[in-house]
Amino acid sequence: MFGKLSWAAVPIDQPIPLIAGAVVLVAILAVVIWVVVAGHLPYLWREWITSVDHKRIGVMYVLLASVMLLRGFSDAIMMRAQQAVAFHSQGFLPPEHYNQIFSAHGTIMIFFVAMPFVIGLMNLVVPLQLGVRDVAFPTLNSVGFWLTATGALLVNISLVVGEFARTGWLPYPPLSELTYSPGVGVDYYLWSLEISGVGTLVAGINLVTTVLKIRTRGMNYLRMPMFCWTTLASNLLIIAAFPILTATLAMLILDRYLGFHFFTNEAGGNVMMFMNLIWAWGHPEVYILVLPAFGIFSEVVSTFSGKPLFGYRSMVLATMAICIISFMVWLHHFFTMGAGPNVNAIFGIASMIIAVPTGVKIYNWLFTMYGGRIRFATPMMWSIGFMVTFIIGGLTGVLVAVPPADFLLHNSLFLVAHFHNVIIGGVLFGAFAGYTYWFPKAFGFRLHEGLGKAAFWCWLIGFYVAFMPLYAAGFLGMTRRMQHYDVPEWRPWLMIAGAGAVIILAGIIFQIAQLVYSIRHREELRDRTGDPWDGRSLEWATASPPPVFNFAVLPHVAGEDAYWAMKAKAKEQPRHEEPDYKPIELPRNSPTGFVCAFFATIMGFALIWHIWWMVIAGFIGAFATFVAFAWRDHDEYEIPADEVARVDRVNLAERRNLVTAAESVR
Amino acid sequence: MMTTLTMTQGGERDHPGLKVAEHDGPAPKRIVTAYGFWIFLLSDMVMFSCFFATFAVLSKQTAGGPSGAELFDLKSVAIETVCLLLSSFTCGMASIAADVRNRFWFQLAMAVTCLLGVAFLFIEVREFANLVARDAGPTRSAFLSAFFTLVGCHGLHVSAGILWLLTMMAQVVAKGFRADIQRRIICFALFWHALDIIWVAVFSVVYLLGSAA
Amino acid sequence: MNILDPQGPVAAAEKTILIDSIGIMLTIVVPTIIAIFAFAYWFRQSNTRATYLPNWEYSGRIELVVWSIPTLTIILLGGVAWIGSHQLDPARPVPGTGSPIRIQVVSLDWKWLFIYPDQHIATVNSLTVPVGAPLHLELTSASVMNAFFVPQLGSLIYTMNGMVTHLELRADNEGTFQGLSGHFSGDGFPDMLFDVNVVSPLSFPEWVASTARASSQVLNAESYEKLAQQSVPKNRMTFRIEDPLLFDAIASQKLPPGPGPQLTDNLAKSTSRTANVR
Repeated sequence: MFGKLSWAAVPIDQPIPLIAGAVVLVAILAVVIWVVVAGHLPYLWREWITSVDHKRIGVMYVLLASVMLLRGFSDAIMMRAQQAVAFHSQGFLPPEHYNQIFSAHGTIMIFFVAMPFVIGLMNLVVPLQLGVRDVAFPTLNSVGFWLTATGALLVNISLVVGEFARTGWLPYPPLSELTYSPGVGVDYYLWSLEISGVGTLVAGINLVTTVLKIRTRGMNYLRMPMFCWTTLASNLLIIAAFPILTATLAMLILDRYLGFHFFTNEAGGNVMMFMNLIWAWGHPEVYILVLPAFGIFSEVVSTFSGKPLFGYRSMVLATMAICIISFMVWLHHFFTMGAGPNVNAIFGIASMIIAVPTGVKIYNWLFTMYGGRIRFATPMMWSIGFMVTFIIGGLTGVLVAVPPADFLLHNSLFLVAHFHNVIIGGVLFGAFAGYTYWFPKAFGFRLHEGLGKAAFWCWLIGFYVAFMPLYAAGFLGMTRRMQHYDVPEWRPWLMIAGAGAVIILAGIIFQIAQLVYSIRHREELRDRTGDPWDGRSLEWATASPPPVFNFAVLPHVAGEDAYWAMKAKAKEQPRHEEPDYKPIELPRNSPTGFVCAFFATIMGFALIWHIWWMVIAGFIGAFATFVAFAWRDHDEYEIPADEVARVDRVNLAERRNLVTAAESVR
Repeated sequence: MMTTLTMTQGGERDHPGLKVAEHDGPAPKRIVTAYGFWIFLLSDMVMFSCFFATFAVLSKQTAGGPSGAELFDLKSVAIETVCLLLSSFTCGMASIAADVRNRFWFQLAMAVTCLLGVAFLFIEVREFANLVARDAGPTRSAFLSAFFTLVGCHGLHVSAGILWLLTMMAQVVAKGFRADIQRRIICFALFWHALDIIWVAVFSVVYLLGSAA
Repeated sequence: MNILDPQGPVAAAEKTILIDSIGIMLTIVVPTIIAIFAFAYWFRQSNTRATYLPNWEYSGRIELVVWSIPTLTIILLGGVAWIGSHQLDPARPVPGTGSPIRIQVVSLDWKWLFIYPDQHIATVNSLTVPVGAPLHLELTSASVMNAFFVPQLGSLIYTMNGMVTHLELRADNEGTFQGLSGHFSGDGFPDMLFDVNVVSPLSFPEWVASTARASSQVLNAESYEKLAQQSVPKNRMTFRIEDPLLFDAIASQKLPPGPGPQLTDNLAKSTSRTANVR
């Protein structure tokens, strides 16, 4: 009846996951009860859960990422603590638990923190920057988000029901095959990524179509803000790379469930094929994450320097070059597999070539600052912190792209330090810069600057204290994923790294404090103009938060930095006539995404535990949801012109008052 | 400063000497939907390429079991191919009928497409059952794993296509040729034709090359 | 284990490339970092002496320079990588003194088996080699993937079931160095450490003879099957070898791959707590 599932699946004997799981469960229940009792459920259902508004979906993506960041970080701090104490001893985490933790940490941080964070920001900002009212496929967008959430939920269920993979964040066979991993851990991994992978693919298709087909009048390709370009590049990579992940994991699923022989030791299976396929997805994935971050930095550096981005066309070229070359370098993840000198050298050099466009980007940001009037607001701090940190990460990256150097550093803590250097210093700093930069746009009030800067310094210093020692430990020959060790030279470095993790924890606490403080003092931090940073692109041309239709009248763009030009023009020749407001059609909200994800969760859980009747029920439910959705007669509603005019007049009046006030002060 | 900001102004800071045509604004829904679906099909092709690549890598790994040349019955595969190619033709007829809003011809063409698709699936399932009965199932060797996965993945797509086809027929009965339903018919047609293209590749790579070897 | 303290020519050459590459990159990285701080500081909003160029966004010359700097660096490093990949190919023979030693390495769950086919002995978790002699290593895995790595001798290399990888090394100084597995392989992974004893060319034959004398067990299909079960050995085992083709039997899967964890009643979770025992 319940497949492999029984009471024994609950880890009564392992206090740490049980307590962690119980705490999470209680927290979720408390939130749910509060929502229901306080009567917020209808509001949540109407305005968020069923919303197909790209801004709302973007916010929910970022919220998901933030919650999962806490989960992933608790894993990180447990690992650092374990390695700090597990010298000549077992530490406090037995191997089967420690191995789950590092696997979950990697999986969560990449798939459920970095991915939703950047996809969320893209969703929130890109349509606004393109000067349009919506993305190409609003309902699918909601489906994509909820499927991602399903994946995240399944990973967290594994904490209390069963176990998670103990194979590392990429389940290399044959270790991940049924013979060597007979538990459900790898199945949790596989199904949560298959399901969230569909969500990501949907998001990718949606955003590519949006950027290519839905732009306002005059928004030519070479007038798009840099963030739109990097969004395009990143989502093109999603479309080209995620199907590879889906196919590869499907093959591993077939091996594990039906006894196929793709990657087994027996019957002609080929392990190296897995490594090639997974890295043919995995390397582009790195750029899927970092390219949007590059876009955010481009926006932030240009805005806070009060200058247009230096070498815009160069930047576009560099972005697209990275997009293409990133597919030609995957073999550098296994130089040490004995591929032969020519293959190694060619892939090594190809990997280094990516450093050229990346270097160009760094220099272009540098020259964007040149001749600027730099305001050191929090987003700008993150950007400068990124530029310095990322250069170091780039250096170590090019170093491990030199095959003979990689022969010494492969899989060592040096490598761990390197990819945290680029992912924290690049992706996460970018995400935080974007979060602070666009927060007022999403919610109508700014985040507290002081707490934001405190969080920045803790993260920056914490990062260096936590990861520079790992470079040193790598030089001392320490490999990754060691549950315990008895080499005395490693110990001091691991203890310093542990201290670094604590400093990062302080950074996270400051971020939470910043959010709480800013919400409570939102009236003081209110952004009435819609343009709190003196921005340059179109998202600042509308109110904060933007009305559901974004723009009362679609802007007409005649060059780069469209909003900057509008402001300049308005200063020269003030005009007073009102635009011609027209009624606006918008897509209706739909629970399709949520219901579909509900069935996907049931199906995923049932597949993990081999509960076949439940799989069928889940599938039928999901299909019925889609048919019901397709059967709707009215998928749009209209906002009358009067209403549009009313909303827009309020916004314009607000801006006018503020400007008058500002001028009288002057 | 921003007193009179209206949305119909923009900057002049374009690159000198490069006068390009101005973008017209958001594309109509019909274009957007079809475009997005094309992109989906491309991603699907990428997934199939993975299975093709895997098949190519594993095609000699028979682990002492039978090879393609011993197993494939080209005659039944040829009939399968004819079914699928014909169904693409009738699917095209259905698209034309939808364009001119002719319900009768649309339903007829879709029904024939469906029958041909079911015939294709029937032959495929019979082939699979036959192979399993001859102890040449997917668990026999890496080669057969790759074969069943590649061909089976295509078969799953055809099954999903038939499910979709029936849904579209029902929708046209219930709702007529509404704009959103027309868009879905375009997407369905694209999907069905794409399956045909993939099948041509399957036929050549798996069956023709496999039988020759 | 310090890779900056190499004990053989391979590790030494790799270390040189490592240091040189860092040096080449630092020559552009350091000025760039300084420039970031300098620009950010000088062009701060409160600095009235800094010129504000609100529309400056393009300069062909600077563009040329910013594309050339990384390109030239990468061309230089690419040359290093090309030459280095060929000279330090793991399978490329390393010259040395004395007769070459053949060693066949098998990674098992969770220990290393070193077979000396010419000396007819095998050891577990302990590798003894004469100083200065070329070492021909052939490597495979009995179950999951692992990586053979002696940091001070250089060149990590993967071991995979059903496949053989090749590695050529030489140790230039006597002493005991530590080796480990460089690829995660399951619960017993951190215990996959082994000692590399580099002894004088004279004492190597003595060691071979004493090992052969001291080994009561013969490594054959039967004892190998026992060895292939998941465990972390507490002591350094040694074996005599009668079948010189034992390694080939493992690599060609004539001897089946390791069995993995033993299942308990609870199908949901596998227990392999042997790893806890040290």
